[in-house]
Amino acid sequence: MSGLAPVDTTFAITGREQRALGVQRAFRMLFLVTALLLILPVVLILGKLAIEGGPHLTWEFLTEKPRNGMKDGGIFPALIGTVWLTAGALAVAVPLGVAAAIYLSEYARDNLLTRAINSAIVNLAGVPSIVHALFGVGAFVGFLGFGVSILAASCTLAVMTLPVVIVATRESLQAVPRAFREASWSLGATRWQTIWRVVLPNSGSGILTGVILVVSRAVGETAPIMFTGAAFWVRSTPNSMFDQTMALSLHLYNVSTQVNLGQDHAWLPFSVALTLILVVLAMNAVAIGVRMRLRGRKKW
Amino acid sequence: MVSEPTAATAAAPAPAPAPATATAPLVQVRGLGIRYGNRAVLQGVDLDVRQHEIFGIVGPANAGKTSFLRALNRMDEFTPGMKVDGAITFGGRDLRTIKNLYALRRRIGVVFPLPVGLPLSIYDNVALAPRLAGIGKRAELDQIVERCLRRAALWDEVKDRLTSLGSLLSGGQQQRLTIARALSQDPVLLLLDEFSIAVDPVTTMRIEEMLKELRQELTIVLVTNLVQQARRLADRTAFFLGGRCVEVDRTETLFTSAADQRTTDYLEGRFG
Repeated sequence: MSGLAPVDTTFAITGREQRALGVQRAFRMLFLVTALLLILPVVLILGKLAIEGGPHLTWEFLTEKPRNGMKDGGIFPALIGTVWLTAGALAVAVPLGVAAAIYLSEYARDNLLTRAINSAIVNLAGVPSIVHALFGVGAFVGFLGFGVSILAASCTLAVMTLPVVIVATRESLQAVPRAFREASWSLGATRWQTIWRVVLPNSGSGILTGVILVVSRAVGETAPIMFTGAAFWVRSTPNSMFDQTMALSLHLYNVSTQVNLGQDHAWLPFSVALTLILVVLAMNAVAIGVRMRLRGRKKW
Repeated sequence: MVSEPTAATAAAPAPAPAPATATAPLVQVRGLGIRYGNRAVLQGVDLDVRQHEIFGIVGPANAGKTSFLRALNRMDEFTPGMKVDGAITFGGRDLRTIKNLYALRRRIGVVFPLPVGLPLSIYDNVALAPRLAGIGKRAELDQIVERCLRRAALWDEVKDRLTSLGSLLSGGQQQRLTIARALSQDPVLLLLDEFSIAVDPVTTMRIEEMLKELRQELTIVLVTNLVQQARRLADRTAFFLGGRCVEVDRTETLFTSAADQRTTDYLEGRFG
């Protein structure tokens, strides 16, 4: 090369650049189409449920007990039961999961014990839900003597969702810069004072992410609760954690497979499914709303 | 808030580390070595920091200056793999024998090279250490916060927005907030690690003036890459190079007639 080429040739597109641009456009289209395909199942599921189940989703459907072998009436006991089960799972999983995450993020050194705990979390997350159900029968219904109850089912759901809470919380704790901790330690603060005053106030949104994920799974799971606390039919809504209860997810399974609905009641599973999805969305909306308030302003 | 036993003891006025005589050094370092795993970053350091002096430490990168400061307030406890050998005494007490490290760290203020405004309000940033020490009265806290912010030359800029987040101040303001926070615990010893790295020259000068005044009340160890800053401020200066303390002397002596040729070369900008 000698000297600077004239401007018009400097910025002219070469054949090589032309090809690179072509390839880049092709890949962009490929990734865009793939991403758009994700919308399809969501639209199809919600659309089908709304069309088939929407018209029958009345106030009476939500507030009445099922009658006439599940075919008539509503789903009130199942709706309330799902709220009990989910609240119970949250009450167990969130404190335990947050405490474990604080230990792993703030106290644990990189040693054999920590690695054992971490691999336990990974493995726990990989256990199929039906196996959790059998564990729940053995541990909570039998060994701890909770009986077939909301308490046993909630604990089973909690064990299943613990890894989710731990991982989400740990991520958010570790997103708080280490410099903040060192600044606090150098003032003579203990580890706990540092966690309480500096780290935790800035991790709320991550903990809520864990809550959202627990809610979504706990509301929808069927296998872990069907042996441990949920029933085909219960006379009334639960009075205590030791009662059995109906639940939306199990109710959906039952009306879809266990009850002969006939042509005129074919809409019933769709209405139940639509309710199930709306419950998840509503609970998530609350958590997301809180999280947005927490994240509302930039902290650093 | 859990009340720690250490916080209760700190509520009483902290007795100054009693020197045997008025001239006894505040910090004595003997045969200090620091390793991270197998990598030695500092070895064979012997030096004294006297009461009410500004003790400068200069030297090129990787000389071990920051590790030295971390050893002084026992931050090795929080640094995986960091090992400290040799003896450091603080007010006559061997650091290795101090069980209550929280009390030690409360006596030693630290300012890091990069500003750390905690994601708390400006007021809470400065009030954090006094609160940890058990001071709860609003009037008393107000007084501490104002005095420390004034000393750090930040009060006039933030006095009308003490409730806004300290972590959203500009870099230079955050650095002065860090200094105010370090002063808020009434330290006996103040460790400054390149405090002027994120501060504009005018503010740097104001802080330097403040440091000279503070010498009446406390002792300062100043790590700096700006050799002229050491010359302006430090009574005595140590030159660190490659993990060793090459020499320690009165600052003027070091700058005019250093014993070691490497010191002169560094101070005159021939390397580093």
